[in-house]
Amino acid sequence: MMNACPEKVIRMMDDYLDGEISPSEEKELKDSLQNCSDCRKIYQELTKTIAYVQSASHVQAPPDFVQKTMAGLPKESQRVGVKRFMRHHPLMIAAALFVLLMSAAMMSSFSDDQQFAFTKQENLVVEGETVVVPAGQTVVGDITIRNGDLRVDGELEGDVTIVNGQYMASSGVINGEIEEIDQVFEWLWYTIKGTFQDAVSFFGGNDQSIDE
Amino acid sequence: MDALVNKRIKRVMKGDQDAFAEIVELYQHQLFQICYRMLGNRHEAEDIAQEAFTRAYVNIHTFDQNRKFSTWLYRIATNLCIDRIRKKKPDYHLDAEVRGTEGLNMYSKIANDEELPEEELMRMEVQERVQYEISRLPDKYRAAIVLKYIEELPLAEISEILDLPLGTVKTRIHRGREALRKQLSNL
Repeated sequence: MMNACPEKVIRMMDDYLDGEISPSEEKELKDSLQNCSDCRKIYQELTKTIAYVQSASHVQAPPDFVQKTMAGLPKESQRVGVKRFMRHHPLMIAAALFVLLMSAAMMSSFSDDQQFAFTKQENLVVEGETVVVPAGQTVVGDITIRNGDLRVDGELEGDVTIVNGQYMASSGVINGEIEEIDQVFEWLWYTIKGTFQDAVSFFGGNDQSIDE
Repeated sequence: MDALVNKRIKRVMKGDQDAFAEIVELYQHQLFQICYRMLGNRHEAEDIAQEAFTRAYVNIHTFDQNRKFSTWLYRIATNLCIDRIRKKKPDYHLDAEVRGTEGLNMYSKIANDEELPEEELMRMEVQERVQYEISRLPDKYRAAIVLKYIEELPLAEISEILDLPLGTVKTRIHRGREALRKQLSNL
């Protein structure tokens, strides 16, 4: 078909070049090549051709290939961008998250408390937004008042905390400490201090129970 | 290597482009080489290689991770090359003006069935001549020869890339080899 040589020899040549020839056929092929100069010529030309093709110098993609390819891609989703940022900057994310949560918690507890509120104790009376300890009465226990004032006409046995309000001096008696908090930052500080003290007393309590 | 690639592919599947940049980095030269040998010119090779990467990115969800990524990628590229070769032929015959266009060297403009004059062939460098003869092969032989002798891939992988039975791949390599032997016999 392609040349004068027997087709079987050509097939064996192909098998040999594909690396798929049996040892017995390989010997047969070698004998054929020795006996037939046409077969030998084809074989030599084929191996030469392969060598030429393989010697074709390896070309490289242009230096800006990656950049150009990436620029041509459809845009990625924003969600992934955020995820990657988080993976690359874990500490920053942790810090930002901390600040966010802390301020959110405190600001919300501050703004939630824009309403008048106070600790309920027996005998306390409310006049408008003023909490009153009536004359001749004794209130036992701590009182916290938010967005309201305190007037003590009778007797109070306990500490007083007033947020955004004031203690109005009067004839009454307070057996405890009075703390007035008027500003956002003081309120924040108060909350932090309180949380810290709670934590300390919690751990302190634990220690005690272990000691016992 | 495959584990490394698969890790990146998982990230790409979630839409992460940076992971894909690493994949492009990894395969750019091999893919460009295939396209260049198939098409015979750098300009078109770059175009098609980029297109192949873009398609891989867009269709990454269809990639079966139990298979080899390079096989899938090369398959996209060879299909695009074959499409381009088939589209290019009528263009060339119909529009003679394209001949002088910049960025395309004259050998790349030669259609498969058109031969250069003997003295022109003799003046060529060996490398140039080999590339020219490869680009004269019918596209189906060309893909098999490029994958076998330039990418040096195993026959089984070539059969997967070209989506052809092993026997057909062998036949194409044999015929391509024989055609090249005749074309290069005067070298």
